[in-house]
Amino acid sequence: MRLPRIPVFALSVLVALIFGLLPMPVWAAGFKPWWLALVMVYWSLESPQYAGLGRLFLIGLLADVLFGTLLGEQALRLCILGFLLLRFRARLRFFPMWQQSLAVLALLLNDRMVVLMVRGLSGEGLPPWDFWIAPWIGMALWPWLFLLLDSVRLSARGKA
Amino acid sequence: MNGNNRSGPMFGEGSSTLLLLLYLALAIVLMVTDYRTDALRKVRHSASLLVQPLYTLASLPKQISEQLSDDWRSHEQLQAERDSAEKDLLIARAQLDRLQSVQIENQRLRELLGGTRGLQMGVQLANVVDVDLDPFRHRIQLDVGAQDGVREGLALIDASGVVGQVLSVAPTRSTALLISDPSHGVPVQVVRTGLRVVAFGTGETDRLRLPNIPQSADIRVGDALVTSGLGGRFPAGLRVATVANVRPDDTRLFMIAEATPTAALDRSGQLLLLWTTEVPLQTGPPIELADPAALRAVPTGSDAIEARAGETR
Repeated sequence: MRLPRIPVFALSVLVALIFGLLPMPVWAAGFKPWWLALVMVYWSLESPQYAGLGRLFLIGLLADVLFGTLLGEQALRLCILGFLLLRFRARLRFFPMWQQSLAVLALLLNDRMVVLMVRGLSGEGLPPWDFWIAPWIGMALWPWLFLLLDSVRLSARGKA
Repeated sequence: MNGNNRSGPMFGEGSSTLLLLLYLALAIVLMVTDYRTDALRKVRHSASLLVQPLYTLASLPKQISEQLSDDWRSHEQLQAERDSAEKDLLIARAQLDRLQSVQIENQRLRELLGGTRGLQMGVQLANVVDVDLDPFRHRIQLDVGAQDGVREGLALIDASGVVGQVLSVAPTRSTALLISDPSHGVPVQVVRTGLRVVAFGTGETDRLRLPNIPQSADIRVGDALVTSGLGGRFPAGLRVATVANVRPDDTRLFMIAEATPTAALDRSGQLLLLWTTEVPLQTGPPIELADPAALRAVPTGSDAIEARAGETR
């Protein structure tokens, strides 16, 4: 019964990582959302046993290796995100979709602050203004991503 | 996995906070170690081998679309492209011929001076892998790595100027830092006046910043900037940028200039990796007395640009 659900989780992480790597034209560089976070928000809300802090940490490390960020940067960001989600999960789950989107925006903006802090401390200057676009794109994508992942997960479970 | 709680949202708040703090501490320790020391380089190196297939997967869509557009290109288009390429080649050849005579003259003068050090440049073609690592860090992936002889710190150029330098090397891939990255600086020289400055990246691909230029310095809009060869990373004389504007800085004691890179920094296409090997100092008997065969033995690889760009100061 539970077996076919694990591939859906792994697959969604894999696709999120690959989407993160897809090239964008230079002018649209800031528009790329943090796919990994969006997918993790989904799993934290819907079946939190797949998105425990330990697992988020490991996935973050994998992303760090892949994207060449400081080892631990995305792990830290994902852990903060996961903790907040776990904390407010009971409320977030029963929000209407638009409120959930707003919550996702808040989480992603908070994450941007964390990035700013980490990169500031490692001696990188202030990023350009389009650094702040990605959370809004994430918010706009959230409902669609939610519906997509939900249908994929439910149909995978239905088959078993 | 150790961190998952089967009890769902109802587990004790305290334990999850503790867990969070534990992971945060772990992440911070990792980051500081990674930032300050080289201890994690080996780990990163071997881990990057594991994720290679992901890069390949991510660059597939772009490759396929390029392949398709290549296939669909019309006969006339190809013909026109070939014609213009042929013309470019002709012009480049003519320029090269002229350069060669200058180079021979240069070499003769150098020999007259006796024993100035020459640098030999080797080149290697590298393709940019179409993956986007981080939109706010100007880095690119190259499809050559340690197995192809790539080392950290090699200069990276395209047909019209300096692009960046190699930052880290995996066995089959390497990552390069573009000159437009905010953390990158390249020592440059104004061609017209010989003024030496440093061009820093700004985080925008079409702009470099040249701070702290003395008020008395002679620098104008339109001046060409080439690498000065100071610092030893970039060979001297490569084109870098053109000055776009000059204005006094906030202190009014210095001037600050902005320049537009000549290379196409939009992270795609083919690039050249440049490396310089020092021709060993010629010590021993004076050149005239030395065995002429030994002099010729100075390596001149067939695929190497035999430009002896020496530092003459």
